[in-house]
Amino acid sequence: MNDATPEPAYNFAYLDEQTKRMIRRAILKGIAVPGYQVPFASREMPMPYGWGTGGVQVTAACLVPEDRLKVIDQGADDTTNAVSIRRFFARTAGVATTTRTADATLIQTRHRIPETPLHAGQILVYQVPIPEPLRFLEPRETETRKMHELEEYGLMHVKLYEDIARHGQIATSYAYPVKVSGRYVMDPSPIPKFDNPKLSDSPAIQLFGAGREQRIYALPPYTKVVSLDFDDHPFTASKAAHVCDLCGARASYLDEVITDDLGGRMFVCSDTDFCTDRQAHGKRGRLSAPISGGAA
Amino acid sequence: MSHIEKVTATDTPLLTVAGLTKTYGARIGCADVSFDLYPGEVLGIVGESGSGKSTLLSCLAGHQRPERGRIAYDGQDVLAMSESARRRLGRTDWAYVHQNPRDGLRMGVSAGGNVGERLMAVGARHYGDIRAAATDWLGLVEIAADRIDDRPRAFSGGMQQRLQIARNLVTGPRLVFMDEPTGGLDVSVQARLLDLLRGLVRDLGLSVVIVTHDLAVVRLLAHRLMVMQGGRVVEQGLTDQVLDDPQHAYTQLLVSSVLQV
Repeated sequence: MNDATPEPAYNFAYLDEQTKRMIRRAILKGIAVPGYQVPFASREMPMPYGWGTGGVQVTAACLVPEDRLKVIDQGADDTTNAVSIRRFFARTAGVATTTRTADATLIQTRHRIPETPLHAGQILVYQVPIPEPLRFLEPRETETRKMHELEEYGLMHVKLYEDIARHGQIATSYAYPVKVSGRYVMDPSPIPKFDNPKLSDSPAIQLFGAGREQRIYALPPYTKVVSLDFDDHPFTASKAAHVCDLCGARASYLDEVITDDLGGRMFVCSDTDFCTDRQAHGKRGRLSAPISGGAA
Repeated sequence: MSHIEKVTATDTPLLTVAGLTKTYGARIGCADVSFDLYPGEVLGIVGESGSGKSTLLSCLAGHQRPERGRIAYDGQDVLAMSESARRRLGRTDWAYVHQNPRDGLRMGVSAGGNVGERLMAVGARHYGDIRAAATDWLGLVEIAADRIDDRPRAFSGGMQQRLQIARNLVTGPRLVFMDEPTGGLDVSVQARLLDLLRGLVRDLGLSVVIVTHDLAVVRLLAHRLMVMQGGRVVEQGLTDQVLDDPQHAYTQLLVSSVLQV
């Protein structure tokens, strides 16, 4: 999937060097204070807010010509958001791109952490819509900053309490709040809570960019990340109780796909790279195409 | 009476205020206010609108910073404390009951969550225990247990105010600040709320600073009374003494202005 030389009209990776330098400073500060939301002067990007302008800016600031970029959207490499961001950087930075998690040096993601374990030297960039985990309970920014400053996080448990009171269990299933290194409470972006355990002790650098809200935060490698819960309602990383219909994976996060209007449905891995890789290695699911002559 | 014994039994004040002054530019908020509050004692502050009683209360509770003066709580200098220590005090040992329950409650959170918030803020992490404590407290303030998952929006004004009281008292504070707790309620609801407050104050041995312009409220609740006018304390003493034999001209006016039914 290599590509042409970058368009000469653009600076490397679209943003000008001063802007990238400003963003790198915010990233370094974020890494120095894990989980702390660092304000930065978010730029207009040639895409609408909500399409990952924060993640794109962080990616632009981190990219070097030797990088190999992977972009996923809800786990998939082939959705509009992923395709257009990957093409954007192929055009403006001329970097190599890949869909293989293990080969990528920088992965920009929307709402998933890849199933394939990350390794040291990789950077995972998250797109974040609302960086403030306390926002829906406390609308005042001045107050939420004070709460972070003084480590007053009782309110976060009020949200979980409300969940249990209303649904009998902690019904928050994505953007599940976590505590970083025993200090800051952080919104891990809307990843399913199934992915929360992967945040902790990851060998990769994890960067979070919120473009509209102008915040960057980060998890340095091997940071301890704990999902909040109650003693009598412990955190569980839940997923659909099914097996992937294409590759037979039992432990990967599944998407439910409606296949007809007669109640037909299938479950498939949301991580397309993981799923195709397993199929290439001969793994089969309930709805896999029959193996063509002699391939097995 | 038991609370009198309690008052005389301890001779160190819980709260000591000396020379407290807060100005808004050239205007005086409150000036040179000094008093001692003993454990189990209820201090009423009365005065007309603009007399500085709410300013005084917000300075005491740490919502505003006074220009001059000293506040000591249980031997610690409150104004010299770090903000985190003061806020911790504000959700453990202290409580603040707002006039408008909307200011003191989270309207989007259920009654149980409202009561449980302070418990969770001080580290409670067992859902069952939090819920049991919330149920107990709703019972104490006469809210039916089956309303625990309703939002305060669905409550009447009097219920909201009682919920606010439960939410404040759940961590067992020793000092409660109340700003017109009965304001905006009709008289029969007021009477029930006062009854409840009186019971809670007596049973829990709370020290209370209560600001009001309703003399009936202080007559029922307060042991001692401070009368404020133009930001200054013009008269203070035992409640019955001040109300039955007012010395200062303004206090006399205040007492004689009350309608006799």
